[in-house]
Amino acid sequence: MTERPLPHPSPLTRPFWEGAARRELWMQRCHACGHRVFYPRHLCPVCGGDQLPWERMSGGGTVFTYTVARKPTHPAFAGREPYVIAVVELDEGPKLTTNIVGIPPEDVSIGLRVRAAFEDVGDVTLVQFEPEAT
Amino acid sequence: MIRGRSAVAGIGELPPRRDTGDETVVEMLSRIAALTVRDAGISLRDVDGLVVHDTGAAMGAVMMVEMLGLRANFVDRVGHGGATGTAMVARAAMAVASGMCDTCLCLTASTRRARFTGYPIVDSSPTAEFEEPYGGSGPNYGYAMIAQRYSHEYRLTPEQRALVAVQQRYNACANPDAIFHGQPLTVDDVLSSPMIVDPLHRLEIVLPTGGAAGVLVTTTERAAHLAHKPVPVLGVGEHVSHWSATYAPNLTVSSVKPAADRAFEMAGVGRKDVGLLSVYDCYTITVLLTLEDAGFCDKGTAGRFVEEHDLRWDGDLPVNTHGGQLSYGQSGIAGGMSHVTEAVRQLQGRAPQRTIPDLERAFVHGNGGVMGEQVSLILGTRE
Ligand SMILES: [Zn+2]
Repeated sequence: MTERPLPHPSPLTRPFWEGAARRELWMQRCHACGHRVFYPRHLCPVCGGDQLPWERMSGGGTVFTYTVARKPTHPAFAGREPYVIAVVELDEGPKLTTNIVGIPPEDVSIGLRVRAAFEDVGDVTLVQFEPEAT
Repeated sequence: MIRGRSAVAGIGELPPRRDTGDETVVEMLSRIAALTVRDAGISLRDVDGLVVHDTGAAMGAVMMVEMLGLRANFVDRVGHGGATGTAMVARAAMAVASGMCDTCLCLTASTRRARFTGYPIVDSSPTAEFEEPYGGSGPNYGYAMIAQRYSHEYRLTPEQRALVAVQQRYNACANPDAIFHGQPLTVDDVLSSPMIVDPLHRLEIVLPTGGAAGVLVTTTERAAHLAHKPVPVLGVGEHVSHWSATYAPNLTVSSVKPAADRAFEMAGVGRKDVGLLSVYDCYTITVLLTLEDAGFCDKGTAGRFVEEHDLRWDGDLPVNTHGGQLSYGQSGIAGGMSHVTEAVRQLQGRAPQRTIPDLERAFVHGNGGVMGEQVSLILGTRE
């Protein structure tokens, strides 16, 4: 069986993954223009600023778009289908690629309120999202 | 043309080290970008061109555009071995002199570990780190997410998407070279084919094939004396904005627009002046977005547009007369080139059984990544 692709944190991205291991969502914010930056960068993609301190996000967001993989998108995901690949827009603004879990795929919709959910896989903790408790 | 038209205005350097730690090549490239623009006393916002080398990361050049937040009018990756550095500067000088871009960064970086750490197997890209762990591999899911979002923002029915595949299949049935020649298709066929990634069905997705395509470009003077009627390149336009759909500046308004606008402006013609649209069609949704963003219909109306117009080779607005890659087949990179060869064939009157009469100009469009890399051409029958 093909191994599931997993992140290999670098010095730049390590604060994100260390935060995830603590069940927290951390992202960079540009000191110069205030833009929240994701994925991690050395330079702000809006203004070019190079001071990008890390801040903790609330973990809340909405589904911006999604698809249901009816066939595996990668050999390592064979047997998991159907699963939901989504772009979640955090309440603070950044978008990230993720999975929506804890809900049948047919109940997922654009605009659905979600909250970060963390899954330990090997040495890393992946950031997925589940429906916000109502 | 090039001499005296460009100059080196800044340099940056990270001195050689025996061990560069865990830093990745793309991260190092972004650091050297900062040092170089700072040396020149300008901002990254003043940069609209980028030349890099092979970084080992998939789509490294485009990913660097995304990472640096560029809106680049010229992007290239050079692989000239030991001559890469000088070749990069030469390409940048050409691009600046020719007006494709104004300010072009040339970046090189290489990482090194002191101890042998085994052959590198890790794709050190943001895609590998932040998308693939979630199943975000391959192009299908990105285009599916575009289609979902588009249908949320605008009106687009599955039947309208299927029409694109059906009409291109009609064209393929007039092209004996098409992989699906002789196999007509109905909207029902498309919508009853298996769902692969919601909302895209199998028959809305290209079939990988093997093949090749070539194009010879020469001066118009010389072309006038060769075997076939010359097909002048009247306009070109390029625009690159992102790699992953997740970070697209706008998921439903693509970078087709700036590329097409530049090509039409250079050619000095309008949308009504082209009689063939030979446009990249990896998925049905790709054609619909391209029709809109290239300016053939208003934003949000592509679904209605394909109902009101006939995209077949004998229709009022012929699109992908060879069948498109959806019905002709996608032979890797040659698949995109098939849109060029078909346009040339039509303009030279060498597309029997599907000839567009009195064709004077064609709009040819290539799309890369997930709607993030766009290159348009206007080809014609005379200058
Ligand atoms: Zn900034």
